[in-house]
Amino acid sequence: MKSMALYGRRRRSSAITMGLSVGATAFGAFWLVVILATLLWNGVGGLSLSVFTSMTPPPGSAGGLANAIVGSVILTIMGVAIGTPVGILAGTYMAEYGRYSPLTPVIRFVNDILLSAPSIVVGLFIYEIVVVPMGHFSAWAGGIALAMLVIPVVVRTTEDMLLLVPNTLREATAALGAPRWRMIASVAYRAARSGIITGVLLAIARITGETAPLLFTALSNQFWSLNPNAPMANLPVTIFQFALSPYAEWQQLAWTGALIITFAVLTLNVVARFLSNIGTSK
Amino acid sequence: MTDAALQVPVAPRVSPPTGNSKIEIPGTPKMEIKDLRFYYGDSLALKGISLPLADRKVTAFIGPSGCGKSTLLRVLNRMYDLYPRQRAEGQVMLDGENLLDPGQDLNLLRAKVGMVFQKPTPFPMTIFDNIAFGIQLYERVSRGELADRVEAALTKAALWGEVKDKLGANGLSLSGGQQQRLCIARTIAAKPEVVLLDEPCSALDPISTSKIEELIDELKAEYTIVIVTHNMQQAARVSDYTAFMYLGELIEFDVTDKIFTAPGDRRTQDYITGRFG
Repeated sequence: MKSMALYGRRRRSSAITMGLSVGATAFGAFWLVVILATLLWNGVGGLSLSVFTSMTPPPGSAGGLANAIVGSVILTIMGVAIGTPVGILAGTYMAEYGRYSPLTPVIRFVNDILLSAPSIVVGLFIYEIVVVPMGHFSAWAGGIALAMLVIPVVVRTTEDMLLLVPNTLREATAALGAPRWRMIASVAYRAARSGIITGVLLAIARITGETAPLLFTALSNQFWSLNPNAPMANLPVTIFQFALSPYAEWQQLAWTGALIITFAVLTLNVVARFLSNIGTSK
Repeated sequence: MTDAALQVPVAPRVSPPTGNSKIEIPGTPKMEIKDLRFYYGDSLALKGISLPLADRKVTAFIGPSGCGKSTLLRVLNRMYDLYPRQRAEGQVMLDGENLLDPGQDLNLLRAKVGMVFQKPTPFPMTIFDNIAFGIQLYERVSRGELADRVEAALTKAALWGEVKDKLGANGLSLSGGQQQRLCIARTIAAKPEVVLLDEPCSALDPISTSKIEELIDELKAEYTIVIVTHNMQQAARVSDYTAFMYLGELIEFDVTDKIFTAPGDRRTQDYITGRFG
């Protein structure tokens, strides 16, 4: 005789667990939708060509975000240009040369700590070692701070993606007499390429919206400046500053800037997802 | 481990214990394995193997799973060196040079001793580049010559007719049997002297298998071939010499016909008649 009571109890606990899971998902999704809707509602109104062509205005007058947008792009490029090579090389060491080294788990652990370190700590650190010796805020310091956030993401994804490359492929390359660097450059990178690119895109998405590390480094700039030795305008700090201000024009620009960043990050994430799908479907 | 296995002496066994299938390999062997011991960490996987590999002949390693035949094959091009805690003791002579010497250049060694694996391993690049990769590692050839060499290798691997119109396609787009022939073409394009085949047909269908067996038969005119196989019919069909291994030891080595018709050891007979393994 099968115990219908037992079966019934399991069905009930299954239904409860599923109900809780669906509820949690709906709760999360609801707030996400509310946030995006608020952003759209408040941000779209301020979207106009002048946002992309005019400088950040003084209080009480009209203007745009051109210098902040360009500054953010420059700072992001600096961060990625510094962080990506370091990250890819370190990930390559961990997955290829140092795979069996006792040092590798230590590096991985430290890297994971850096990955989850509060970005304001990174900002303060760069303030101490770059801004203070230089004597002033600068775009360089901002770029380096962002690079510190790029490195752990890229290290992690590079290592993970290279570890996914089957060893049989490494053996097959070695079996032709190929030196190890040749194997890494021509075969392993090629097999892991889409994953590594995805990692870099995710790192860009992460730093695009970071405010804390820039606050102590690149600061911000009311004016158009492309000088890497001077403070540089950027979207996150501008949004921070404008959103807290009592001026309606500034608040509107903050909403619009937030909308622009969100869409940039969303686009990068979609592209990253698309690329990683290409990578796995073959 | 059975008592019978423990009693087997570790001395070279060119002639088996019963002595009724004593063989001499004609000519100088291409490779000669002498008292080879192999360790995975602390565990001894090969317990003193000695065996000649005849020049431009096919030698098959057979035996039940875990007997050490793949391990032995992976010593011949020192593939095990890619991994930590694996080491070999003894000698493996290739043209009179011990390839286990610490000073041995592994890249040059592997360029001389090619290998094809159980699972096809095309590189994630075009069919043409798959073949060209191995050629360009050690040779500087003109564009035209490279194309000729790629064609020659694919022709020799009986794949040219199937891929000649899509050399720019990704190697991974081929079927399993085609991929394996691509890997064989890649190996022979690099002009090795010895070709090691590690169960090259175990992932393939019967038609692909028979194509590869025909290929092996043609390749032995130019290359010394060593094949590990689980398929005894295959060993009987393609090889000239067969080594039967069991529990890390070489039980019997002889001319293939002898091994399959009049084996000198009871365990060999039990294995080839399917009583274990």
